[in-house]
Amino acid sequence: MKVKVKFFAILRERAGAGEIMKEIGEGSTVIELWDALTRDYPKLAPARMHLLYAVNQNYVAPDHVLHDQDEVVFVPPVSGG
Amino acid sequence: MFRVTQEPLNLQALVDYVTDPEAGAIVTFIGTTRNHNEGRRVISLDYEAYPEMAEKELKRLGEEAKRRWKIQRMAIVHRVGRVEITEPSVVIAVAAAHRDDAFQACRFAIEEIKKSVPIWKKEVYEGGEIWIGTQSGQPFNLSK
Repeated sequence: MKVKVKFFAILRERAGAGEIMKEIGEGSTVIELWDALTRDYPKLAPARMHLLYAVNQNYVAPDHVLHDQDEVVFVPPVSGG
Repeated sequence: MFRVTQEPLNLQALVDYVTDPEAGAIVTFIGTTRNHNEGRRVISLDYEAYPEMAEKELKRLGEEAKRRWKIQRMAIVHRVGRVEITEPSVVIAVAAAHRDDAFQACRFAIEEIKKSVPIWKKEVYEGGEIWIGTQSGQPFNLSK
């Protein structure tokens, strides 16, 4: 199955991309997707401990199971205001 | 009104939006960009948002404020893109029958924006730039 991953802020800069499609196995979790992405984009790896996870614009836990065509965003520490 | 926009912010537009005959108070907050942070001389700020989710989260915290306090109307608009020093980056307006509810809901809104709304600020300063929030080892905290 395929999911859409959007990168923002520091992750967008480290990945060198704003949006990608990623092929992953059925039943993959958010954190498994992150691990796969860090193999594709090694510069992302140091950011992991700071992240929140959003699927289809809702925060989820790292073990959230993904579905085909989900939109996934890894949220670095927010700093609006 | 819960929006993320590239356009300069207009306080009066938010005040007009929340104006309500049932209200006895309108409290507003303007977050502005300052020229220094942690000893660095800041030249400008670049804000980036995950716009669909940011607007959804702003709306959610507006609903949460309505549950907690007796307020009539609320508006939050956050700017994205380059924001020059002294310009507003966020404006909040809250109308309530009584001022205490309006003050508390307004304070709640700005504090929550800084915790959960997917908006990021990059500080451009003399000699470099930094994404604020990512330079230190903050533990992550999934509160819901």
